[in-house]
Amino acid sequence: MIPKYKAESYDVAVIGGGHAGIEAALSSARLGCSTVMFSISLDFIGNMPCNPSIGGTAKGHLVRELDALGGEMGKAADKTSLQSRMLNRGKGPAVYSLRAQIDRRAYSGYMKQTVEKQSGLDVKQAEITELIKDDTGLWHLTTRLGAEYTAKCVILATGTFLAGKVYIGEVNYESGPDGMFPAKYLSDSLKKLGLPLRRFKTGTPARVARDSIDFSVLELQEGDKITEPFSFSTTTPPENKVVCHIAYTNDETKKIILENLHRSPLYSGVIEGVGPRYCPSIEDKIVRFADKRRHQLFIEPCGEETDEMYLQGMSSSLPEEVQIKFYRTIKGLENVKVMRNAYAIEYDCIDPINMDASLEIHNNPGLFGAGQFNGSSGYEEAAAQGLVAGINAARKVKGLAPLILSRASSYIGTLIDDLVTKGCMDPYRMMTSRSEYRLVLRQDNADERLMPIGYEIGLVDHDTYSAFLLRKEQKEKEIARVTATYLSPTEELNAFLVSRGTAPVSTGACLADLIKRPQLSYDDLAPFDKARPELSYLVRQKVETEIKYDGYIKRQLMQVDKMLHLENRKLPENIDYDKIKGLRLEAIEKLKRVLPKSVGQASRISGVSPADISVLLIYLSKEGKS
Amino acid sequence: MSENTVAAISSPMGEGGIGVIRISGEDAISVADKCFKAVSGKPLCSLGGYRAAFGNIVLSDGTSLDEAVALVFRAPKSYTGEDVVELSVHGGTEILRQALRRVLECGAMPAGAGEFTKRAFLNGKMPLSKAESVMSLISARGNEALKISRKAAGGSIDRAVNEITDLLKLTAAGIATYSDYPDEELEGAKISDFEKGLLKAEEKLNTLIKNYDTGKLIREGINCVIAGKPNVGKSTLMNLLCGSDRSIVTAVPGTTRDIIENSVNLGDITLNLSDTAGIHATDDVVEAEGVSRAKELLDTAAVILAVFDGSAPLDADDRSLLEDIRTKRAIVIINKTDLEQRLSPKDFCGFECVMLSAKEGKGADNLQSAIKRVCQMDSLSENDAVLINERQLSCVKEAQKYIEEARTALFSGVTVDAVGVCVDGALESLLTLTGERVTNAVCDEIFKHFCVGK
Repeated sequence: MIPKYKAESYDVAVIGGGHAGIEAALSSARLGCSTVMFSISLDFIGNMPCNPSIGGTAKGHLVRELDALGGEMGKAADKTSLQSRMLNRGKGPAVYSLRAQIDRRAYSGYMKQTVEKQSGLDVKQAEITELIKDDTGLWHLTTRLGAEYTAKCVILATGTFLAGKVYIGEVNYESGPDGMFPAKYLSDSLKKLGLPLRRFKTGTPARVARDSIDFSVLELQEGDKITEPFSFSTTTPPENKVVCHIAYTNDETKKIILENLHRSPLYSGVIEGVGPRYCPSIEDKIVRFADKRRHQLFIEPCGEETDEMYLQGMSSSLPEEVQIKFYRTIKGLENVKVMRNAYAIEYDCIDPINMDASLEIHNNPGLFGAGQFNGSSGYEEAAAQGLVAGINAARKVKGLAPLILSRASSYIGTLIDDLVTKGCMDPYRMMTSRSEYRLVLRQDNADERLMPIGYEIGLVDHDTYSAFLLRKEQKEKEIARVTATYLSPTEELNAFLVSRGTAPVSTGACLADLIKRPQLSYDDLAPFDKARPELSYLVRQKVETEIKYDGYIKRQLMQVDKMLHLENRKLPENIDYDKIKGLRLEAIEKLKRVLPKSVGQASRISGVSPADISVLLIYLSKEGKS
Repeated sequence: MSENTVAAISSPMGEGGIGVIRISGEDAISVADKCFKAVSGKPLCSLGGYRAAFGNIVLSDGTSLDEAVALVFRAPKSYTGEDVVELSVHGGTEILRQALRRVLECGAMPAGAGEFTKRAFLNGKMPLSKAESVMSLISARGNEALKISRKAAGGSIDRAVNEITDLLKLTAAGIATYSDYPDEELEGAKISDFEKGLLKAEEKLNTLIKNYDTGKLIREGINCVIAGKPNVGKSTLMNLLCGSDRSIVTAVPGTTRDIIENSVNLGDITLNLSDTAGIHATDDVVEAEGVSRAKELLDTAAVILAVFDGSAPLDADDRSLLEDIRTKRAIVIINKTDLEQRLSPKDFCGFECVMLSAKEGKGADNLQSAIKRVCQMDSLSENDAVLINERQLSCVKEAQKYIEEARTALFSGVTVDAVGVCVDGALESLLTLTGERVTNAVCDEIFKHFCVGK
């Protein structure tokens, strides 16, 4: 036993300085709580141990939502962006998703500075080895060196550090990501608190040397001509400074991987952790999609001041020599030099059905979880939860009700509801298909959906909020104007319409109706719309989307309404599921574990059937009557 | 969910080898123990689920009513999900009635129509669509109706709807993949794949909608109006079909002044028959009223049975009736084939014709097949699922509207995210139909049909 000494007391302590930990620590401190953030290495605050990019489908939405609530990720990404693309341009505004290549070290540096400069936030390099709660409900956190801190609330944002173990072929060893040492002792302490821990795994591809790649034979992928920032506060659009490339695996790659499959710890059964279904390793892809001839890989720079290149789509846990062999089968990579090998990493996490939508863990008042600890995967998912956990820890310290975001309000709300209601059997990745409100939850209107909330809770400053109100007013005015504006059927207009493959007009045409046509955009019609005011790209995008998709948005809102009925049907806190006749055993067990707050939430629990929901509804209406 | 224990005769009434009384509820076993004594001497409460005992139904004075077999089901493994005892006694209406009376004396409440099914549904033993089918089975009239309901209770609707939801889920998944993996090379997630899937789903929905009308005719009976000028044998036909002297048949034309309604089974279909006053020009005020009401009926009937006297040539009244029914679903009946014939199907070009003698009861079989033909009941194949009620129909119609919209949107170049909203809408409607999605509407339906919460 090492001797302990008393260290400082805080309102909120955050364990972990990754994407979840940063947002948690910042929001807690910004809401006025004295906060401490512990990280095993201060050089790795905001580290990107996997892809050097932020955003992508649904993840881009999360970043915009974070920003609207007062998070930091969007601003940091804009400041350190190397290349920016809006994905899914042709597939509709609901699925437009911003993705940016990021300078990995620059991002980490920006975040380190931000947490250091944040008043009310102390940043400390330490490994927490023990977490216990005393009789007064105060949490005690002990470091490896024996310092004993206390906090009213604790946020677990341990990422892949918690009992981390790295696997490469036959080799495995205890380790955190990127060669960091793991958090070896905390798990035992958490188990003593009754937290049901389990193993998940994830993986990352190799980093290879830039000058060992023949770019001349690869497909080029450039950034957008006109770029857009993540943050609503960023005024200068980010510059494209680098390009990415696309390469393809081939039959030879497949052959080598299949021949060596037995050497993969995933297939030999050494790894017990469950990997992410939606982000499979290359060996997984080759086995699961056996008839696919080739798989794409993206070659992305890790930064401006490094020659390390990231091979997106090629994560692997095969032995290093096998990795080198199959990388070199790929056209353009014949002479590739691996700088960091690909590896799989296994870590402890919790099944999130053991938490509330506030991200507080059941039966452990004041203990919150965020990010990979909660079973999710991805920087953006982690940051989103970190923000919510930070807000709710601070609100708990202040005696305020927790902030619960509904599914209808945001992807963040959907993410958390999915996690705490359905749990997850593999690392959870956000996707647009997870939201039933896709057309309503767009990245262009994240500010309208969430900034009023961010402002009200105190994370969005007055200037940012005023700018939002102005955008909103501009949008509403412009929609009213184009709805009331009629264009006369001039030859010029009709020639243009015909050139776009849409019918000419014979009488005055309502501008809004023209914008509704799939072949036309709001900007297209500018030459015929003399009275058009000057508006920012964002506002123009909002106007166009709301007009074009008006009917569909209304329809989705109608569907939302139908579901809200069940969402508003609250379940009493003291409900005794054992006493409700007609509920199936499996349902009773699940309901008791998840502790849903509403019938709507109950209906989303896997293992609770529609028949069980009918039984619940009938029970409730009987209770209501008696 | 049930607070009390109920009992009812669960086998069809009438003479039969055995009859069954089902007791269901918390006290089912103790109630049964009061009126049933096993030969072995063991009480039923000592038996586990799926166990049977042989013994006697014992009346309050200690005498035995009948030998019986008691079958014990323990909750939740029973039809209703509650404790259930089924007492099998010798068939025969009187024995069954007395046995039930005894069970009720011992503390059970009489079960309402469909009560067991209601309990099964409320206890999560069957989905809403199946419960509805069972309810429909209980109230089914006619053999064809029974067949449909039985098929539905066996899950035919769920199967048909699931086929469609599978198609839609595949399309929705395709759309999601198309959007969620923008940089990947994907097979099976192209616009043309979505179009194909949607088209197939729409065709299947259309079939369900088309079959509903036919199903409704089968389930609720076909509203048939017997029309024709006086004294061509309308009432004789009615009586033939009813097998009783429902209408007054006399040789005086114009005897039937009122509309006489009767529900009869013709073969395996059910007809709701209306016999009308002869349609002809008349001065009699009372009769004229009858005639005008008969004409009104022609407009609302599902099928018109237009009767003509085969032994006499067509006259002005006949021709005017033919004009009246030309655009309607009608069958021409050439009656009185027992007499010398002056008319033949050639005189009724374009009509489905049946020749019969109502008086001698010859040719009624032909009428049945003719009705099936004009109602397109033949188009309903053995395996077709038929929706049971308006709620199900409205779900399917809503889904069909959504799909139609999705296809139009895709065709006109609307982006897939919006198309996805329509596909989701269609899926919601269908899941609501089968009860897999519990929404406001489903709850309303539950409360409407199953008078819960008393």
